[in-house]
Formats: sequence, C-alpha cells, structure tokens
Amino acid sequence: MNDTPRQQLVSRFVDKAKAVSAFVTEISSIDEAIAYTLDLCGSRGACRIKISGCEEALSPPAGELCLTKQEKIVAAPDLSPEIFQRLAAACSASGFACLRDGMRQHLGGIDIGFTIADLGIAETGTLVLNCPGEDLRLATMISEYHVAVLPKGSIVADGFAAEAQLRKYLHRTPDYTAFITGASRTADIERVLAMGVHGPLELHILLLED
Amino acid sequence: MQDAKNLKEYRQTIQESLGNDFLRRALDTFAVTYRASRARAFAEFDVQQLVDEVAAAKDAVLPRLLELYSEFKKNAEDAGVKVHFAKDAAEANRLVAEIAERSGSKKIIKSKSMTAEETLLNHALEDRGLEVVETDLGEWIIQLRHEGPSHMVMPAIHLSRYQVKDLFSEVTGARQEPDIEKLVKVARRELRSKFVEADMGVTGANFAIADTGTIGLVTNEGNARLVTTLPRVHVALLGIDKLVPTVADAMKILRVLPRNATGQNLTSYVTWITGANECRSAADKKKEIHFIVLDNGRLEMAKDPLFSQVFRCVRCGACANVCPVYRLVGGHKMGHIYIGAIGLILTYFFHGPEKARNIVQNCINCEACKDICAGGIDLPRLIKQVHVRIQDKEGHPLPSLLLARVMKSRKLFHTLLRTAKWAQRPVAGDDGFMRHLPMMFFKEHDFKALPTVADKPFRDRFAELAQPREGIRFRVGLFSGCVQDFVYPEQMEAAFTLFADHGCAMSFPMEQSCCGLPLQMMGEMATSRSVAEQNLRAFEREGVDYIVTLCASCASHLKHNYPALLGDDPLLQDKVKAFTAKVIDFSSFARDVLGLDASAFTGQGKAATFHSPCHLCRGLGVHEAPRRLLEAAGYDFREADESEVCCGFGGTFSAKFPELSAELLRKKLDNVEKTGAELLLTDCPGCVMQLRGGLKKRGSTIVVQHTAEALAARKKKGG
Repeated sequence: MNDTPRQQLVSRFVDKAKAVSAFVTEISSIDEAIAYTLDLCGSRGACRIKISGCEEALSPPAGELCLTKQEKIVAAPDLSPEIFQRLAAACSASGFACLRDGMRQHLGGIDIGFTIADLGIAETGTLVLNCPGEDLRLATMISEYHVAVLPKGSIVADGFAAEAQLRKYLHRTPDYTAFITGASRTADIERVLAMGVHGPLELHILLLED
Repeated sequence: MQDAKNLKEYRQTIQESLGNDFLRRALDTFAVTYRASRARAFAEFDVQQLVDEVAAAKDAVLPRLLELYSEFKKNAEDAGVKVHFAKDAAEANRLVAEIAERSGSKKIIKSKSMTAEETLLNHALEDRGLEVVETDLGEWIIQLRHEGPSHMVMPAIHLSRYQVKDLFSEVTGARQEPDIEKLVKVARRELRSKFVEADMGVTGANFAIADTGTIGLVTNEGNARLVTTLPRVHVALLGIDKLVPTVADAMKILRVLPRNATGQNLTSYVTWITGANECRSAADKKKEIHFIVLDNGRLEMAKDPLFSQVFRCVRCGACANVCPVYRLVGGHKMGHIYIGAIGLILTYFFHGPEKARNIVQNCINCEACKDICAGGIDLPRLIKQVHVRIQDKEGHPLPSLLLARVMKSRKLFHTLLRTAKWAQRPVAGDDGFMRHLPMMFFKEHDFKALPTVADKPFRDRFAELAQPREGIRFRVGLFSGCVQDFVYPEQMEAAFTLFADHGCAMSFPMEQSCCGLPLQMMGEMATSRSVAEQNLRAFEREGVDYIVTLCASCASHLKHNYPALLGDDPLLQDKVKAFTAKVIDFSSFARDVLGLDASAFTGQGKAATFHSPCHLCRGLGVHEAPRRLLEAAGYDFREADESEVCCGFGGTFSAKFPELSAELLRKKLDNVEKTGAELLLTDCPGCVMQLRGGLKKRGSTIVVQHTAEALAARKKKGG
C-alpha cells in the first residue's frame, strides 16, 4: 500500500488524536456531521437534562446552577446561516434546542458544542480554532461534548507548518485562538487521569472529505 | 513552602517527609512512570536538538530584553491592552488590587500561575477583602488547604484522594466519596458556579510574544479559557523572562514544554490572546485586559554572566521529576515556592538568601536535572554557585573552612590521611571496616559501615609495580583521586596490571592531590581553584597520551569543571584545554582506547550487575562501556532497575544529610538484590564505599568491586 503524503498526514493526525482519547470519524458531507451530532445527542444519550456532576452532592450555589439547565441543548455559534438552518431544523425535529448565541444565559451547561475547526496539526492531533467571538469560545468550553468538523485539506504536519496561519490570526487584533488537543483533562488527584474537569468530557472529530 | 531557620530545623522537616508513606509512594511511582512517558513523547525527535533550539531562542532574548519589552508593550497596547511593569512582588500585587478596585471587581477567579504564587498574590488580594478562587483543580485544593504547591505542574501531588474527599466534604457541606472521578465532577460543578459570578480573571502566561503583543497559555483543564472569557476584566501576571520575539520562538518552546513536563505531546489547550477581546458582559462589549510584567530579581539575573541561563527555564518541572532528593522529601522541602533544582536557584533570586540558605545545600550533585532540563541549564553548577554566594556573604561554616585550610596544602592533607591510619587503629576491625564510628562522625552515619584507611597508599606502592617492557602502545598518566590513593589502592593496582598487559606505560605524578570536587560541594571555590591548578601542574610535564582516572566524579570534575575554574586565566587556557582533552574514565579507556574484548579474558559466568555512578552516566555520558566490558569478561550481566539513579553518596552530601543518603542507598540495594547478582560493580570509589558499607550493614553476601578489579580478576595471564 502506497499512501500519498496527504493520506499519511491524515492518518498521522488520526493516530495522534486517538492517542489523546478523541473520537475520530470520517465523513463525506456536512449533512453527515449533522446526522452524527443528532445521533450522539439522541440515541447515544449524550444530551441530558441533568448533566455531568449534577448528580453529586454539591453546595447550594452549585446545585442551583445545575437546575438552570432545563432542555437538551446543541450550540453552534459560528456556522454559516445555511448550515445552521439545517442543524437547527434537525434539532427541532428531535426536540433539542439549537443555539447560535447567548451562551452566557446557559452557563449551567450545554450538551453539545458544534464547530468547524480552522486547522488540524498532525504531529499532535490538535485542532486550531480561531474564536475571537465569546459565544464560540463558550460553546467549546461549557459543553459536555465537543463535536468538531475538520476538513481533511486543513491538516498540516506540525506547529511550524501552522505558524503562517497562526501569525495571521495574531496580527488581526483583537484575536483569540485556541489549540485543542483531546478533551479537558486533569491528573491533579493522585495523578489519576480524569476527563472533563472544566471543559468537554469528550472530543469528537469529524474528518470531512475535501 | 520552606521556612526552616537553620539546617537543623530543616533536617527535622525532612524527617517528617521521610515518614510520610503516601508521599513517598506517590513520588516513587511518578518517578518511574514519568521517565517512560517522556521517552514515548520524544520518541520521534532528537531531544538534544530540541533543547538546543529552546536554549538558543531564549539566549537570543537576553541582549534584547528591554527592547522586546517595549515592542510587546506597544503591540499589546495598540490592540487595547494596558501593559504595566512591576519591579517587585509588592508592586505587582498592588497593581492587581488597584485594577480590581477601579473596575469594581469583588470576585476574582484565577488559573494556575507560578508567578502569582511567587508574589503571594492571593494573600494580598484577600487582605483587601476580595474573594479569590483558584480554578485549576490542584491549585484549588492547595488553596483550600492553605498550602503552597509541591510541584510546579502538579501542585497537589502530595495529597491523597482521602484528603481531597475530606476537603470537598467540608467545602460542599455534603458527604463526598473517595472516588477520584466523582471528586473531579464535584470540582467541575463547584468551580463552574464560581466562574459565573466572577468579575475578574487572573492568569499567568507561558509566552509573551513581542511581535504581536500576544500572550500564550498552556493548560490541560481548559480553565484558563474560561478565566479569560467569562469575567469582564482579565489580568495576566507574567515574569519578564516569558518574552519571546515571535510566535515561531513560542512554537519551539511548546514542542518541548509538555513533552518534558508530563510526557504529553501537547496539553489539551493552548490559548493565544491578542488584544481586548469580545466580552458580552462588559459595558462596551470589550474585555478590560491588563498585562503585568514582573521583574522581581529577573533583570539582575539577566545581566549575570552565569545565572542569565536561568531565563531558559520554561517551568516544566522536569528537574523535580528526576531529582532523587525531591522523590524522597517532596516539593515543600525542596524550594520556597518554586521547587526542584530550578526552585533552589529561583528561591535565592526571588525570595532572598535567607529562604535559600538551607535548601540550597540539599543537592546531591547527581546531575539528573541537568540531563533532563528543557533549556539545557547547568542546574547543579548554579545551585552550587548560589551556595557559594550565600557562604561568601554570610561567612563560611567551620567544617567548610577547615576542609579548605587542609586541602590547600597537599602535604598537610596527605599527612593527615596517613595519621588517620594510626588514629583509627583502636576502632578498626580486621575486615577493612570500622567496628565503631570514631567521634568525628555523626551518629546518623550508622546506616553504613565506613572503610578504614589502607596501610600503604597507592602512591607508595606505585614504584614497585611492574611496567611493561615492550610493545608500548600508550603513555598513560594515572590520576587516583584521594579515595583510591588512600582507601582503595587495590583498585588502582587492578587497573595497573590490566593496563600493563595491554601496552600502557604508566606514570603517577606525586604532586597530584584531591580533584577538588568536595571543596566545590562545600562551596569553597578559592581552594577548589587552587587545587585544580596544582593538578594541572602535576601532569604538565608528564607527556602522556591519556590521563586515566577510576573515579567517575574525579573524571567529570577534571573534564568539565576545570575549564570553568581555570579558564579565566589567559595563561592557563591552552594548558587546561590540553589537560581536559586527555582525561578519560576507566571503562571508556579500557573499551574504546585499548579495545578490550572477550579475547582479553577467560570467562567464568558469575552473575554481576552494575551501578552507574551519576558522574559516569550523566557527567560523562558513558552508558555502554562498563556493561559491555563485563559481558566481554564472561560475567552473567544483569541490568538492575534504576541502575542510573544515584546511590546516595554524593560526597559531602552523605555527611550533611545522612537520613536522605540512607534512603537512597536502601532503594539502590533493594534493586541490586532483586537481580540475584553475586557481584555489584561500579566505576567510582565513592559509590563503592557507599554500596559496600550498606551491604555490610545488611549482612549481604554480595561483593562490591570496582569494574577494574572484576576485569583484572578475569584477565588472561600475561595479556
């Protein structure tokens, strides 16, 4: 089997992303991404009224914040209007709320943050997300699951290959850019790895055929 | 936080750590798993090249530091950030408090910042009635316990799930279970409610990029993204050492930092913030952002020809991960706020000599930190130099002064060693060990049996030894070091007969003295220098091809420290170069120069293992030579676990911290015994002394020898 350099880059990205417990799936259209998200939210049980941690014994303020979440929520702040429409329609058909903005009204938590990544870095299995708008940032942080679409053509070899693009972002002020590698994690208690200490418990990467 | 007033008090706190079983187990497991995961993370790379690139990038910053600061300030302010300069901790804390006051911020959330730990920011803000909550899980835990971090990247590594369970039960007012996953979830929800209420977020920064006025934050939990997104105000407190010219420089550091810190290819999140970002809870929808750039001793460090390399530190914490002393005592005993090898140095510059005085002596000089450092900092040397500075300023303690006085004169030193032979008579047994320790040794030394001084030192035996008559291949100068000269001359003799069989004509310059390393360890630099010069002169006219020493510590000191000690004298520079180029350790000489292989030996198959002296494997980078020689000589060679970890001797260290030395020795011998070897070999007389004494005390039958003795015993007769 002779893989092209591009295929090698993609498979390296997949290996490295899986090594940090990301779920990687290949898709051929945005509609597949929407279907994946709906399936994750619904039949795979990702979307829940009572979200992770809210079943534990909490202090009164933390407990009250849990109660503010009363629906199953998908948030997708940065999609084109046309794609957002398709996602929103699918959500509404399944009884899920689909948000484009106003994340601050949902700090109790949302179920799925849906985004399209700007770049992928193969060396580390990293997503680059340019997110100057706070709704996009919050959708990828207060969500229980982060679903990110990554066009295969946006995968570069390493941080240095991503540098030109990164420099463009940083020169365009103000700017906020995130490298995301796997889900939120901690090993602060006895060095035991635990996922989702602040941000998403799971990262799902959908590799979109060019 | 280390606050002991004197060495005695400090040693008491060390005893407490040694009694903490949980801490000991946690750090033991970590030390082993860390090495494996780091190796995996670097598997595809030439680590040295990556480290060199970090060092070069950071070194290039130094001459342009203030220029880069102005560029960073201009670019950040053009993008809507206010940049402040704070000369010390108090000023930094005051600036943060004033920003809080002006912006009407009452509730503050923080992501992890060692710089804020350094300035004790939380205390300063709380004193002004502000609520401060750490959001990094480990930092939150230690904040709730009113402790400082015990590791730079794993601040709560000293605590168990049971302690965290009790703490969280108290905080939530509800009963928690000792289940880590559940405890993490509780923290997620408790801290989320703190994020919602916060007015101001405080972070550190891993990078400050001059070219764009950007800061970069490296985290795993993602809390820094929330801290810099939700509150109206963001204050980043960062040391001026975090400045880099461009994003390319930041990328070079980023490639090494997580791999070296935790063995991750990259942390879960890296956040790049440029300018006043959107913030929908602010009146004008723009976040109020302040960058406070802290000096606090850094500018002085940047100007120092030796200490400026500290700027290469990327705060990965790896120097603690591999430190055998840290592994025994934990972070609270290995630094004031910054911990590990770099902590010993930073404590002096950031928190002053009184905080550094005791801890800086707790370095066994094994060089494990230097070997692992992401920026290639010569940490053991800098630690020693801090010790020297403190001692030069505050006065040298009596034992240190006496040692320096004695060693300054080779004749006096050697006369004392010869008389020690008579002094020890009443207490020496007939097996080469002292039965009872003379008064001059502390009682804690009881963990090992100490050797006696030999009847006749090597220097008095040398003339009687038979030199080869023909087939001379090399002219070799022997450097014995004091221990092999006066305590273990038989090791020198073994090497002599082996070398003689293989065409070495040998000389032993009588004017040679101690290599000077013990003086350096005691902080006696002036005498260390004068002894170095004596040795240089002693070998000057010998006309030898190689200077061979059987002591790895001597070899490493002669080779690597002499240029630094004597190199400032232009008249000596060339001579030092010529001298150090000839210095070689026993095993490398035997294998790589003499080319000894199986044909030189008659095999016999005894099970043998090897202890790598620190100054052999790290000091000289020699790993294979002794092991392959032992195999060639027909021994059944068995690698021991952690064979390159220090045995706990550390020269004068074992006299200063006998309890730590004993623990390191215990671990070492456990690993040796596990191999089932009958013979334990090593390339350093200090290690022989430590290991032999420890095994004797255990009543073990394992025989400890220098590799030279093991090889000489198996050599073919007559070469």
